[in-house]
Amino acid sequence: MLKDYPVTGKKATRDGFGDGLLEIGRRNHNVVALCADLAGSLKMNAFIDAFPERYVQVGIAEANMMGIAAGLATVGKIPYTGTFANFSTGRVYDQIRQSIAYSHKNVKICASHAGLTLGEDGATHQILEDIGMMKMLPGMTVINPCDYQQTKAATMAIAEHHGPVYLRFGRPSWPIFMPENLPFVIGKGILIQEGSDVTIIATGHLVAYAMEAVASLEAQGISAELINIHTIKPLDEEIILDSVAKTRCVVTAEEHQRNGGLGDSVAQLLARRMPSPQEYVAVNDSFGESGTPDQLLKKYGLSPEAIHEAAKTVIGRK
Amino acid sequence: MLVATEEGILIKDCLLLLELCSNQPIIMPDIQELKRIASQVRRDIIRMVHQCQSGHPGGSLGCTDLMVALYFKVMRHKQPFSMEGRGEDLFFLSNGHISPVWYSVLSRSGYFPTSELGTFRRINSRLQGHPTTHEGLPGVRVASGSLGQGLSVAIGAALGKRMDKDPGMVYVLTGDGELQEGQIWEAIMSAAHHKVDNLIAMVDWNGQQIDGPTKLVMSLGDLEAKWKAFGWIVLQMDGNDMEEVINTLDQAKRLSGKQQPVAILMKTEMGKGVDFMEGSHHWHGVAPNDEQKDIALAQLEETLGDY
Repeated sequence: MLKDYPVTGKKATRDGFGDGLLEIGRRNHNVVALCADLAGSLKMNAFIDAFPERYVQVGIAEANMMGIAAGLATVGKIPYTGTFANFSTGRVYDQIRQSIAYSHKNVKICASHAGLTLGEDGATHQILEDIGMMKMLPGMTVINPCDYQQTKAATMAIAEHHGPVYLRFGRPSWPIFMPENLPFVIGKGILIQEGSDVTIIATGHLVAYAMEAVASLEAQGISAELINIHTIKPLDEEIILDSVAKTRCVVTAEEHQRNGGLGDSVAQLLARRMPSPQEYVAVNDSFGESGTPDQLLKKYGLSPEAIHEAAKTVIGRK
Repeated sequence: MLVATEEGILIKDCLLLLELCSNQPIIMPDIQELKRIASQVRRDIIRMVHQCQSGHPGGSLGCTDLMVALYFKVMRHKQPFSMEGRGEDLFFLSNGHISPVWYSVLSRSGYFPTSELGTFRRINSRLQGHPTTHEGLPGVRVASGSLGQGLSVAIGAALGKRMDKDPGMVYVLTGDGELQEGQIWEAIMSAAHHKVDNLIAMVDWNGQQIDGPTKLVMSLGDLEAKWKAFGWIVLQMDGNDMEEVINTLDQAKRLSGKQQPVAILMKTEMGKGVDFMEGSHHWHGVAPNDEQKDIALAQLEETLGDY
């Protein structure tokens, strides 16, 4: 890993959500929580125990949950919905679109177990299209934090934002490297490492892998600049353009389909403002399968090695 | 109510006098007055839909009596519009396609100028084809149009009011065809489970939908039994009899607060008030032409002044 961001432990990003929810619940009495029969998995039990009168269990009825959240928001509450990411998006797309996004409701859609790292449950549950689906909704803010600390900070920060938010995080234990109590600013990328030969832009779980790739590239004499983009929408155009102006080539890395995620957002920006060679580290238009998180990430091309190779490839395309 | 004479201002109505003295909310119109308002709302609907040759007159006309009763007598609400509606009764329209009746009633009760009714469905208008908060039209709290969602939203608002110990009631209207949407039954189940007893749901039970009578398209079966089995108190009423509407809404209010949500199955005639529109599903989403508009307006007394 990188010396400015030493790994201080391992915890799931969903734990960051649960701890963040409890904390923001303490600070802001308008925060309420909803869940669709997955409170334990979503790590919401601490909030539920502390504030039972501010919690709504809806059972296995996610469409109803989104509507109820919209109604709660209407009367001044700040609802946080909780279920798996696949149930938070595709399943309830029209409900989010009409009752939340188009109605500009202050609902925080908190989506756990996103991506391949959901693991053994397999492809029915491993959503890889959610960033795409959510970013296409006008007015929706889309956030994919990289570790426990960033997820906790994001969970609290979105309570202050006026408007609907999609917050996506994961199941497995994952390295912690972001500083505790670093203020989370929606829409602001974080420059993790300065470099000159290539810009690597990573989100979510793949930031940790990108950091490993930066180290292995450095060992081969390649200077990589690493940007952590946690907010895919609105995208921090300035930090990306400043970097690519310098390096003139990009690798994007995400736990998502190549179609419609972070990579496509960056490509759209560059195509409009600064056309540059870009390589994607993402799932190549495929569903997942059962396996362990590590096995799956490797099999589907999401690894430090894949990022390393993509960087060398894109440098060759300059 | 107020009559100017040579001697001064004569207040003809004692209730109005009491109200002026006591700062209480506005006087309650009687049945006759409500029927007069309903006649004007029906005129508004025909004119709005005809003007842009688009929209849904059938269900709008069928629900006119209910909407007038709610906004002019039953609900406690005030202007200017407040999204959160603290202390007020809230109304949600789940079958958003009957926006014409809602827009007319909102305007006639003072939320925005009646002249704006002429902008229905026109570009850059606040009066969108289906209701939305997007353009900031006072009175609308959530977008609707894609069916089956409004009951969930109403439940959320009711739960929020309960969390705040707010005494306001939440009213929501759905279509009957709309009850074919699965989300509706998720909502119905949850309202009973969570004992949402500050909620009154009304169903526009006109037996019609786009492709024909509901019995033939997708039969709803014994609706009253279904709602009861899901744990609701269920009332029925003739939705086009103003007196019965007032009495039943009153009864529903008295039955609220007892650990169960209340539903009213409201028998209505689609197109009520215009003879050639009644008795068929044809006028769900079709606008009258010039000749039809004239025939319709001749059957509806102009009582409050056309916009």
